[in-house]
Amino acid sequence: MSGLDIRNEWHALTSDNIAALPAQLGVYEIADEAGTTLKIGYAGGHSLFGMRSVLEEELAEHGEVTFRHEFTHGYLTRWNELLMVHHASHGELPPGNHDHNQPLGTLSPGTQNTPQQNGAN
Amino acid sequence: MDLALSDEQQMVVDTVRRFVREEIVPLEADLDPDAGALHPDDFDRLVGVTKEMGFYGLDIPAEFGGPGLDVTTRALMAIEMSQHRAGLYNPCYGTFGGAGLAQLYEATEDQKERYLFPALRGEKKGCFALTEPSGGSDPARAIQTKGHLDGGEWILNGSKLYISGADKADFALVFARTSDDPGRNGVTAFIVDTDTPGFNVLRVVHTLRSTHYATEIQFDEMRVPVGNVLGEVNRGFAIANDRLSRQRIPYAAGCLGAAIKAQEMAIDWAKNRETFGGLLAEKQAIQWMIVDNEIDIRHARYCILEAAQRADRGERFRTEAAMAKLVASEASGRVVDRAMQIHGGLGMTKDLPLERWYRELRIRRVGEGPSEVQRLIMAREILGGSFK
Repeated sequence: MSGLDIRNEWHALTSDNIAALPAQLGVYEIADEAGTTLKIGYAGGHSLFGMRSVLEEELAEHGEVTFRHEFTHGYLTRWNELLMVHHASHGELPPGNHDHNQPLGTLSPGTQNTPQQNGAN
Repeated sequence: MDLALSDEQQMVVDTVRRFVREEIVPLEADLDPDAGALHPDDFDRLVGVTKEMGFYGLDIPAEFGGPGLDVTTRALMAIEMSQHRAGLYNPCYGTFGGAGLAQLYEATEDQKERYLFPALRGEKKGCFALTEPSGGSDPARAIQTKGHLDGGEWILNGSKLYISGADKADFALVFARTSDDPGRNGVTAFIVDTDTPGFNVLRVVHTLRSTHYATEIQFDEMRVPVGNVLGEVNRGFAIANDRLSRQRIPYAAGCLGAAIKAQEMAIDWAKNRETFGGLLAEKQAIQWMIVDNEIDIRHARYCILEAAQRADRGERFRTEAAMAKLVASEASGRVVDRAMQIHGGLGMTKDLPLERWYRELRIRRVGEGPSEVQRLIMAREILGGSFK
């Protein structure tokens, strides 16, 4: 578990829980009952109803597994970060991301202390 | 100053403009509005096209196999290459190739063999690690990363912030303080393999920029061979400074390209959108915004071409490059802001590229030296003497 993971709690991937979400952009992670990550995805600018639309698609594909999410307008950079964090700790991408076709960077999140929050430019 | 383009320059501009409109923009329609990369198949195909055009590796000097463009032509191309959604930070999605790190042209033959030539062949990627958490506007004094000799190796400790591409780079150009001199005379440039133990990419730094994120990196007892010092020990800042000056003209030109496209969109919208029984273009409030945009665009274009032409004539262009960077980054922000206002609600959405340019242009007023530093550079040159 890295401090860079999605911080929100896990929820059951059900139609009711999805319908309760705002139609905003962001990133999500879905996992099976054992807690194994199946996929890390994002709701981007082309998603019809943001997080709701993409999670409905995941529900149709995976059934009632679990998910956690994070709303952000920086969904692509956050998604890349989550993929790198996962790869750093597991040595591979989740099965649902095996078709990832862009170069993925390398993070060493385990070595980090407190992230810088100052306004240096 | 002659603003007219030569026949050859006009041909280059027309060719790049056609490439952007016919090859890049149609592909963008299917990409996420914040996307920073093409599908690999599209990328490979378009690299083939730019190679055929003779423009691949734009910034590579002719003696190293590049097209050997003059600064003015390169600036004109940059203006065209940024006229699409991702154009500010990823003009034409990198299909015109890069130059590696320009500082490596001054490297030793051994260093060129190990880093420069593989970078030019696309086999290795480099990143530029200068800015630190202690500040980036005055890097010579802000650098706190320390290097000391231990036998035949340097040992580096410290951290760098807002470094683009460190997570994907094979090597980094790292600047560290190697003497007690607190200023620019105590800094050395090192070429560091990123798989060196102690080279850690801690995190992605999330910003307004939706792609090509920055990173924070840390050096923990990182050992670097003496053969990897670039240039002279304690004279590394001159290498960094040269890059900062040189970059300003194409950086300014990229800003201007987005502004030109935004103005084109605003004019088109104003001529077609009806409100209160008439076209937007008939309203004086809108006409003035369009005119103010045109003034900003022409001002920026003049400054960019003046700096580029002075550089091509071998004259000093430090003040002109700083002015171009300042004027273009600030003016383009205003132009895109007005274009959004003219478009109303539509201008705020991801349906148009304006909101992305708006966010990314805000960064351009800080990146590659903020406006205040550009004014400082100009003031030093204008006032001279003891005010330096």
